[in-house]
Amino acid sequence: MNWANLFFDLFAVIVVILSVITITRRNAVHSAIALMMAFVGLAAIYVILGAELLAAIQVLVYAGGVMALMLFVIMSVKSDEQNQVKQTHAQTLIAAFVGVLFVVEIGVTVWMGFLYKNTGALAKSQLAAMGNTEALGTVLFTKFLFPFEVASVLLLAAMVGAIVLAKYKLER
Amino acid sequence: MTTVLPVPNLAAIGPEILVTVLACGLLLVDLFIPKDRKRAVGILALAGTVVTALFTMRYWNYSATTFSGMFVVDNFAVIFKEVFLFATAITILISLRYLEIEKVSLGEYYALMLFCTLGMMVMVSAADLVVIYIGLETMALSVYVLSGFMRFNVKSSEAALKYFLVGVFISGILLYGIALTYGVVGSTNLNAIAETIKLKGLKDNPVLMIAMFLLAAGFGLEIAMAPFHFWAPDVYEGSPTPVTAFISVAPKAAAFAALIRVFVVGIGLMAPHWQVLLWVIAALTMTIGNVTAALQSNVKRMLAYSSIAHAGYMLLGILAANTTGLAGVAFYFFAYAFMNMGAFGVIILLRREGIVGDEVDDFKGLAHTNPMAALLMVVFLLSLTGIPPTAGFIGKFLLFSAAIKAGFYWLVVIAVLNSVVSLFYYFRIAQAMYMGEAPDSSIPRPQGAPSLTVAIAIVGILTLFFGIYPHHLVELAKASVTTFIPFL
Amino acid sequence: MYHAISEYVPVLILLALAVGFGVVTLLVSFLVRPNDPYPDKLSPYECGIDPFTTGKLQIPVRFFVIVMLFLLFDVEAVFMYPWAAVYKKIGWYGFVEMFLFIVILLVGYIYAWAKGALEWE
Repeated sequence: MNWANLFFDLFAVIVVILSVITITRRNAVHSAIALMMAFVGLAAIYVILGAELLAAIQVLVYAGGVMALMLFVIMSVKSDEQNQVKQTHAQTLIAAFVGVLFVVEIGVTVWMGFLYKNTGALAKSQLAAMGNTEALGTVLFTKFLFPFEVASVLLLAAMVGAIVLAKYKLER
Repeated sequence: MTTVLPVPNLAAIGPEILVTVLACGLLLVDLFIPKDRKRAVGILALAGTVVTALFTMRYWNYSATTFSGMFVVDNFAVIFKEVFLFATAITILISLRYLEIEKVSLGEYYALMLFCTLGMMVMVSAADLVVIYIGLETMALSVYVLSGFMRFNVKSSEAALKYFLVGVFISGILLYGIALTYGVVGSTNLNAIAETIKLKGLKDNPVLMIAMFLLAAGFGLEIAMAPFHFWAPDVYEGSPTPVTAFISVAPKAAAFAALIRVFVVGIGLMAPHWQVLLWVIAALTMTIGNVTAALQSNVKRMLAYSSIAHAGYMLLGILAANTTGLAGVAFYFFAYAFMNMGAFGVIILLRREGIVGDEVDDFKGLAHTNPMAALLMVVFLLSLTGIPPTAGFIGKFLLFSAAIKAGFYWLVVIAVLNSVVSLFYYFRIAQAMYMGEAPDSSIPRPQGAPSLTVAIAIVGILTLFFGIYPHHLVELAKASVTTFIPFL
Repeated sequence: MYHAISEYVPVLILLALAVGFGVVTLLVSFLVRPNDPYPDKLSPYECGIDPFTTGKLQIPVRFFVIVMLFLLFDVEAVFMYPWAAVYKKIGWYGFVEMFLFIVILLVGYIYAWAKGALEWE
């Protein structure tokens, strides 16, 4: 067992604990902060896996932007309602069932990954040649050119939508 | 290591470029148009949509694949793009006055509608799961905002929120399906997926089966087929009526087109599996849609459930997986665009200051107050039920005969029984119009704005025209699906 | 070109130092300080007057617009990292792509600016 594996396990445990905290706190702000730390922990895992760009995105977009959005949304709710977020309800059992199903499915997928030893061979050879970010950039700007350009329209539509729904003054 | 720089065929995405430029242009033009003249933005959008529709017609028999095999222009894509552009044009026509009555006449409405159209056009031309996904997102994001456009209306906001939450769920499920497919096959390109399944004999692969379920569920949520239909009635009821007309036709058509492309081109070899799955879903969807529709008193909700039922009929076409069936779906979407938008148009006609006009009781006495509108509504209702001489009848005839040809006798029996149930609730509206007592004369008579009248007249004439002379459109629809047959 | 994970050891050391500093400070003060709480002492300090609201305020929705726009441009910026990494390799080809990408978003920027979405009031 090398150091990278040890740290992978360490961060994995931290992320799991933080995720559990996220879904069990009654105070939404506490949940949000736990979630933010979980995002950072995930970024660490990405780094260990050699996906630096993904780690950077995780910190920049998720721990930065998405969390700021979440916190602002929580804070725009009345303060006495913030503390009364009920974390369990009638659908908890169904949710738990789906969760277990999901874990089983991931387990099967991982198990099958062990069966086929050569999975990810292509990715590994590519990585050895040029590194993760560069590999991603090359594919994104050549093969995936079209979805990349459509993504800008998607972002534009989102921008217009956000402004339409939240910015116009109440004119009634 | 040298990198191949693929040179894209920009001519192939001409219509998409046109729509993007149009939408961005509208956003900028809107900044200079005063608040009480926003109608001009709508007229500009309408003109642009019509031009794009005419321009797209030139791509019939164009046939090209570009952007590293991600984008394909074939007759199937062209015919569906025409459905979207037609639906967009009619929606703009029926929106012009409605937005002013609701006091939400903003230029962004039209820009968002075009962004949505772009997303759908991308979806139907996509030969890659990633492109389908991003097209779906562009479409869905615009539709969420459109359905919540009447921000002061609680129901409209509720509709937007519900649609958004369901939409996020769709994304998750769909992405999971795409990821599993990629994991098994090693590609997201539909042709490559088909190739790999054939070469490696993966058509009974269990993981691929799960992926198939997830993809069906993802598209099924967008189509609102049972058991994923629960969101549709609330969203349809709460959204501004023109938007309801739009989302009951266009995004549904886009999701159907993508479903056909993925299931036929991508996993066509798995047809025996997905036929079983779709058999169950189709039977459920038709029955739930029709039976629940019969219980509604709000016409928008009724049409929402009826739209679920129609999705069930259209599944017969995919299920049959033959030329008639797939062509039937394409034809049916044209017919459905005519008749459903017409029916919603009449609901908008009933919207006056102070009157919402979406209850069955609001239709009472329409035959006296506005005989022309009542007559056209009867045409739309006949077409929705599938009674000749309307386009709806031809569409149903194609779908049912395709299913019989493919040997799904019991499903056709269920579909016919369902059509009988639908007769009951559609004719409650007709009954209210012709036999109901007219409200007292103090309430203003339902009188459509010129643009609305034109829109209803156009779809009414088209419903009848393609009911009587369907030949040409049927041939076009058949020509559009010939490329799919080798995959089955 | 492939970066070894060992390059991240300084980050790890920094992380350990940061966590350690917090833990040690809290631990030491916990051990050293006298523990004698009473209500007045536990109330938040507000210039000596009794606090009359909780610290949590309900903030207006305009924060949401700002942070939403921030997020969108954030995502846009993310696309530039891989572009920068391969810029030399794909040259003008990539430049034109990125140009189109930014032009489309520029439309959104102009729109947001003209609509006053970037202003506070």
